[in-house]
Amino acid sequence: MAATPKEPVQFRGAGPLNAPISGLLTWVDQRFPLMSLWRDHLSQYYAPKNFNFWYFFGSLAMLVLVIQIVTGIFLVMHYKPSAAEAFASVEYIMRDVPGGWFIRYMHSTGASAFFIVVYLHMFRGLMYGSYRQPRELIWIFGMLIYLCLMAEAFFGYLLPWGQMSFWGAQVIVNLFDALPVIGPDLSTWIRGDFVVSDATLNRFFAFHVIALPLVLLGLVAAHIMALHEVGSNNPDGVEIKKHKDEKGRPLDGIPFHPYYTVKDIVGVVVFLFLFFLVVFFMPEMGGYFLEFNNFIPADPLKTPPHIAPVWYFTPYYSILRAITEEFMLVLAIGVAAYVVLIWLTARDSRVKLAAAAIGLVVIVLMKGGPLALDAKVWGVVMMGAATLIFFLLPWLDRSPVKSIRYKGTLFRTALTVFVITFIVLGYYGVQVVTPVGTVISQIGTLLYFAFFLLMPWYSAMDKTKPEPDRVTM
Amino acid sequence: MADNMNKFKNLIAALLFAPALALAAGADVKLDRAPIDETDQASLQRGARHFVNYCLNCHSANYMRYNRLKDIGLTDQQILDNLVFTGVKVGDLMRVAMDANEAREWFGAAPPDLTVIARSRASHAGSGADWLYSYLRGFYRDAERPSGWNNTVYPNVGMPHVLWELQGEQVLAERKVQGAGFERTEMALKLDKPGKLSPVEYDRMVADLVNYMVFMGEPVRNDRKTIGMFVLLALGLLFVLAYALKKEYWKDVH
Repeated sequence: MAATPKEPVQFRGAGPLNAPISGLLTWVDQRFPLMSLWRDHLSQYYAPKNFNFWYFFGSLAMLVLVIQIVTGIFLVMHYKPSAAEAFASVEYIMRDVPGGWFIRYMHSTGASAFFIVVYLHMFRGLMYGSYRQPRELIWIFGMLIYLCLMAEAFFGYLLPWGQMSFWGAQVIVNLFDALPVIGPDLSTWIRGDFVVSDATLNRFFAFHVIALPLVLLGLVAAHIMALHEVGSNNPDGVEIKKHKDEKGRPLDGIPFHPYYTVKDIVGVVVFLFLFFLVVFFMPEMGGYFLEFNNFIPADPLKTPPHIAPVWYFTPYYSILRAITEEFMLVLAIGVAAYVVLIWLTARDSRVKLAAAAIGLVVIVLMKGGPLALDAKVWGVVMMGAATLIFFLLPWLDRSPVKSIRYKGTLFRTALTVFVITFIVLGYYGVQVVTPVGTVISQIGTLLYFAFFLLMPWYSAMDKTKPEPDRVTM
Repeated sequence: MADNMNKFKNLIAALLFAPALALAAGADVKLDRAPIDETDQASLQRGARHFVNYCLNCHSANYMRYNRLKDIGLTDQQILDNLVFTGVKVGDLMRVAMDANEAREWFGAAPPDLTVIARSRASHAGSGADWLYSYLRGFYRDAERPSGWNNTVYPNVGMPHVLWELQGEQVLAERKVQGAGFERTEMALKLDKPGKLSPVEYDRMVADLVNYMVFMGEPVRNDRKTIGMFVLLALGLLFVLAYALKKEYWKDVH
């Protein structure tokens, strides 16, 4: 026999339709956790009442994801994933498919918009310590989303089959060539051919429209489930669950629905205003959202003089280009200095020995004569490390407070320098290589890693202010 | 009076020789601004005529249909009567009969498709229109090139000067530049033999042609801006409503 039937659902508000709607909802609710899902995630999910501007970008990222999926479905209806037809099919979408230009511009602008909102969302996390205990898993799921998004963008960028599509993919896949032993075979395996070709286009299409969107949706679900398990952080970085009323509701919390649904609608409207400003009036965004060279069909025999990735990859591209043979000595000295720092400050002797051993291996692989790896390999390694190092953040931050509001000068300065570094690296990533640009990228690379690697020291030394007991509006 | 006249002469000279300055600048070419108006239908129609007359013999526009010219105020019949020379249907694409391999033998490179050329030639030095406008006015006689022509904007280009009868023949000649306290010589374009059109008429004709190529690169361009105005207006109104709703709900949150 069935378990005790659930309470009937009482729907109020639609006048004469109350009874039939209540009946329908009751019928569904007794077969599916409709009302408990609604309560747990919306009407009785208590979010801190002091969210500010920076808290719009999570829901906006979801909105952009939906835009990308819906426009993507319509693009796939008309796009042809074949080297012979891809470029022409995109122009066919732009000219002959009714409204095709609108769908395509939304998708191309959406790609850049996705990274803009995700970078701002991540910056919010950095400012208010949203990665700290107990939200480490939210942060890790979020970082996996970010990596997935980069892969999604990279695969998608090949599909228009323009010059930048082709040569961008060629340059990035060739990076795997640098890896010792397996490199050349690995890059051939990824391409499915000896150069980027029809085979590559077909598999990138499969990854872009099926594989990665599936993973992305799963990760987004995990990100939100983890968030709703522990509750949202807030600009003060204090836990609202510490102070509850007699019914167990946080005193500083308000139900997500209706308060944050109506607030997020305002954010959505402002975002869409800016989004459509680009879509309708500057879809190329000066060559940054749609690169000019990409209006030339892919030509394997003609290398463009200047190959630049799309703007959202350029900070990492700068790091890749900064790692030159001459720079390896600086890097090796940096590693040695880091080992000395750990040796002098760590209490556990096993930590000291482990740091020394790992440091020695790294230094040998960097500057150890015949044992050293090529600078190109280190470029790839450093670029990968630059994206992966974000994962460690929950364990690098030793500050007694979460929010930047109560952290001291050291952390504030470090975060400011990091943001400037990220932007400067991004700028030099779109420029042609110059000696000055390389030196600046190298300094940027050191600062980028210093932000993370030195955090256990400066965040602990920092002179923090006491956190308030309750949130402030 | 004489002073004014001189200023005027200088201005004309500057305009005429501007493409030559591009050569002096090397890879980072300084492009002339294309004097085009995307809403000028007469100019677009003249440009379409020049395009099918002079370009569409070697260059294709494989993604552009003839009947899309209805967007610049022509009817199907007008298009068929005046602009379709190959006997194709009005809904067909602007293809050419020239074989790409033969073209490569004749010119050293196959003539590129021109449908989206105005979009691909944009750069941080100027719009695609600026590039095309400067390029089509930058041909000069060069005996060392197989075609007999060279170009200041696109050095050693394979394309000969198709419009030479109209523009006449330019040569690259030294000229003295005098400024406050300095004097130097530089290479500049000079009209050696005048063509059927005066320099001003020729510039006008090239501007029409470029205007058309910008239209062809994105025929929906003007429409999307019009639609965009309405979309932004609607979102502006929606903002007022959304903001009022938020204020109403949040008035009891302190």
